[in-house]
Amino acid sequence: MASIGKIVGVNGNLIRVAFDGAVAQNEVGFAKLSSGVELKSEVIRIRGDYAELQVFEDTTGLKAGDEVHFTGELLSVELGPGLLTQVFDGLQNPLPNLAEECGFFLQRGKYLPALPRDRKWSFTPAAKVGDTVTGGDTLGTVPEGIFKHRIMVPFRVRGQVTVESIVPAGEHVVEDVVAVLKDAEGKKIEVKMYQTWPVKVPIKNYQERLRPTKPLTMQQRIIDTFFPVAQGGTFCTPGPFGAGKTVLQQLMSRYADVDVVILAACGERAGEVVETLREFPELNDPRTGKSLMDRTLIICNTSSMPVAAREASVYTGVTIAEYYRQMGLNVLLLADSTSRWAQALREMSGRLEEIPGEEAFPAYLESTIASFYERGGVVKLRDGSTGSVTICGSVSPAGGNFEEPVTQATLKVVGAFLGLSRERSDQRRFPAIHPLESWSKYEGIIETSKVEDARHILAAGNDVNQMMKVVGEEGTSIEDFITYLKSEYLDSVYLQQDAYHEIDAACSADRQKYVFDRVYKILKTPMEFADKDSARGFFLKLTQATKDWNRVAFDSNEFKSLEEQIFNSVAEVTKNV
Amino acid sequence: MYKVYHRIERIAGSVITVKADGVANQELAQVTSAQGTSLARVIRIDGDMVDLQVFAGARGIATDSQVRFLGKPMEIPFSDALLGRVFTGAGVPRDNGPAIEENPVAIGGPSVNPAKRIIPKTMVRTGIPMIDVFNTLVVSQKLPIFSVAGEPYNQLLARIALQAEVDVIVLGGMGLKHDDYLYLKDYLDQNGALSRTVMFVHTASDPIVESLLVPDASLAVAEQFATRGKNVLVLLTDMTNFADAMKEISITMEQIPSNRGYPGDLYSQLASRYEKAVDFEGSGSITILAVTTMPGDDVTHPVPDNTGYITEGQFYLKHGRIEPFGSLSRLKQQVNGKTRSDHRTIMNTMIQLYASYKETLEKQSMGFRMSNWDNKLLKYGERFEKEMMDLSVNIPLEKALDLGWEILADCFTPEETGIPSKMINQYWPKKG
Repeated sequence: MASIGKIVGVNGNLIRVAFDGAVAQNEVGFAKLSSGVELKSEVIRIRGDYAELQVFEDTTGLKAGDEVHFTGELLSVELGPGLLTQVFDGLQNPLPNLAEECGFFLQRGKYLPALPRDRKWSFTPAAKVGDTVTGGDTLGTVPEGIFKHRIMVPFRVRGQVTVESIVPAGEHVVEDVVAVLKDAEGKKIEVKMYQTWPVKVPIKNYQERLRPTKPLTMQQRIIDTFFPVAQGGTFCTPGPFGAGKTVLQQLMSRYADVDVVILAACGERAGEVVETLREFPELNDPRTGKSLMDRTLIICNTSSMPVAAREASVYTGVTIAEYYRQMGLNVLLLADSTSRWAQALREMSGRLEEIPGEEAFPAYLESTIASFYERGGVVKLRDGSTGSVTICGSVSPAGGNFEEPVTQATLKVVGAFLGLSRERSDQRRFPAIHPLESWSKYEGIIETSKVEDARHILAAGNDVNQMMKVVGEEGTSIEDFITYLKSEYLDSVYLQQDAYHEIDAACSADRQKYVFDRVYKILKTPMEFADKDSARGFFLKLTQATKDWNRVAFDSNEFKSLEEQIFNSVAEVTKNV
Repeated sequence: MYKVYHRIERIAGSVITVKADGVANQELAQVTSAQGTSLARVIRIDGDMVDLQVFAGARGIATDSQVRFLGKPMEIPFSDALLGRVFTGAGVPRDNGPAIEENPVAIGGPSVNPAKRIIPKTMVRTGIPMIDVFNTLVVSQKLPIFSVAGEPYNQLLARIALQAEVDVIVLGGMGLKHDDYLYLKDYLDQNGALSRTVMFVHTASDPIVESLLVPDASLAVAEQFATRGKNVLVLLTDMTNFADAMKEISITMEQIPSNRGYPGDLYSQLASRYEKAVDFEGSGSITILAVTTMPGDDVTHPVPDNTGYITEGQFYLKHGRIEPFGSLSRLKQQVNGKTRSDHRTIMNTMIQLYASYKETLEKQSMGFRMSNWDNKLLKYGERFEKEMMDLSVNIPLEKALDLGWEILADCFTPEETGIPSKMINQYWPKKG
């Protein structure tokens, strides 16, 4: 059924192929160079007898007349045990293995299997002969790191099938057939320990989708308290260059309260991926005590790698995320950056000579972004357990201007917006999430009314600050001035966090509740000062003391004594009120 | 052995179209017309119509000019004989020396496997305090110099080239003024650095296509040296001209522009060049410094904006000085903890005090009375600008740190600087 075509045109990484027989949209084809090397490509448009394919590699050397072999299959990934801890490129080639074979440089047309074929897994059956099952049901488990990795009935199996045979507990490699199923028509289906799934199709083998309500803590105060994210929610972090998007994503990948983290480095600097690559194996996951790498998977399609594979990389990421969700796990997908992915779409659209939309992005940009974020969510699986995929996309708007198409299209479909600002990062206020412009539709760990109140103080303080720039400190009343100082206090001791401090880098949910309660109390305390200088002096000291408080371990004696010290000093200025 | 074509179907800008069979994408061809011979490369194939970009431009090419396909993509010769030589972007000598033809390597080669990269760890010493102390340059870093026309960016590049402790310098000039080209060449020559330099130069009057080839040629040569264990510094000036050349070509090719006329793949194009910066595990390295002039001093212009997202920081060159604010080396944290124990202290303290000085200047210009503290800051700011920021200052890092302490001690008491007392005890100059 697979057709063969001939190249008739080459334009950048787009080839036009004349074919006979049938060709499917998004089908994979291999373009054969005269040297024999085959380049992976994907059909993106069909017109009459011509199919247009984007090539996932450099097209140097392709000629008119070169052959293209269509595979009859959509662009797919391998799903099975052994995915975690790996580093893949956008097409799921394991990069370390490629490096072993090819050395320093990536070689064109070199593809390796994603899952190790010779590794043995200890399989424990969960289903028995005669059971009725359907796509996504568990047949058995193998231990993968800290998880029980479920070996499931292939997702594409629809309707009820019967287990005809299943292997007993024992060691198997992924290629081994572990079960044979029989469908209603009596057709036999062999089940291996891995399956393939097309990346652009969401996995829907669950009972129902639930509303994301449970907070997903990141141990970052400004996020968890002010702009919370829910398990199964979607959020974005747009920001100009240098505002700390990547540092923020690295913090999230370390401290997020999830089972599996998938980092999709999409068209960004290789150097940043290398940091994660080299540092994560050394770091411990505070939840399990094991290496952080054990729960992490990196998909790395850096900016210099071919642009079409960049587009595939976010889909590869989200498909693997959905796969682990099917095991009842909570997965966080961090995509850095979705703008590069959108630019990849723009490049292809330009080559296809489609009528451009705003800033030359294709007209389908919005729907493409929307359907990507919609793949996040909490689901109830058929065995009653729940799993979730939370998606965080960082956005790199041109010129740091949020009014551009990618940011706007993203804002429409996400549940939380953590806007990073150049102004705050220039002031060295980290994380540079803007407290007045950002928003979240999810419920957090702290009572909403109190958080709202705290935001009002920030807004009021900001107003006073703007006014002071015009009328000067002299023209500002002492009450307004105190409001301003209080908002600055909240900003410096609560919103800001020292990412490089061993304790302050992560603030647990319990600690946040405790500290927020105390800080909130201070904000609501009426205070009286003789003049502005003494007010400023008091808040400077209070800020210093509270920052020290943030830097000591929760529930240590020092923590208690510093807290006492803070409240004693607050009592000093409230005596006369 | 190669087929020769005599019929040119279309000529637009520097792109010509011929009817030909069996031609490969990116293949090189020789175009001979009454104006002479030029190389060209295939950039689009549509059926039997082949678009070629003519390096020397299409001026004077006739419909019956001769096109001979060479059956190979663009290559650049590589050998140690390249050192001390000057070439055009197409690899033709422009210094009257002999042509080099040995060991050709393809340009624009594949990207480095991220799994083979290592975390950068070695500082590049430049003798410029604003770089060494405040925004340390690191081996394998890619860093642009954001500047505007008229600033001495080429002088800065030349000085860094001269003083950086590297094995090989590759200088790529795009749209260079001829004077600037001669200046760079003479400066390196006079200071004895030409013998470890390879230059690929496209001057403003040369055909625009050659400008496109300069970064690729420079980086291909750099990669060859680096995989042979050499530490290479690549200097590119000016990347905005490179981007403008891309713009020109893509518009002649009738491609849909994305932002201010630049092609939609500007980011990918710039990134694929900058990402060549690398530290090879167990071998050499490539460090890239690239001038990017900002049209209208606007950092949100597509070229500096896209560059900022790709590179690991930036230097702002303004009013003949590297601005301490806005300039950033993202990799400095990797190295400045290991130089001298006071490096970070001096770096942070001096910048904070300089920021206060700027505030005082503002107050002064508004006519406020200067307090005692303000006067101290004014004295400090002046010394800082003159002895640290000025580009003519040329001292090693350790001397610069000592100078930092001396300036601080001259202007302030230890408490006023907010430096931890442990540091003060160790480094504060004793009056004597």
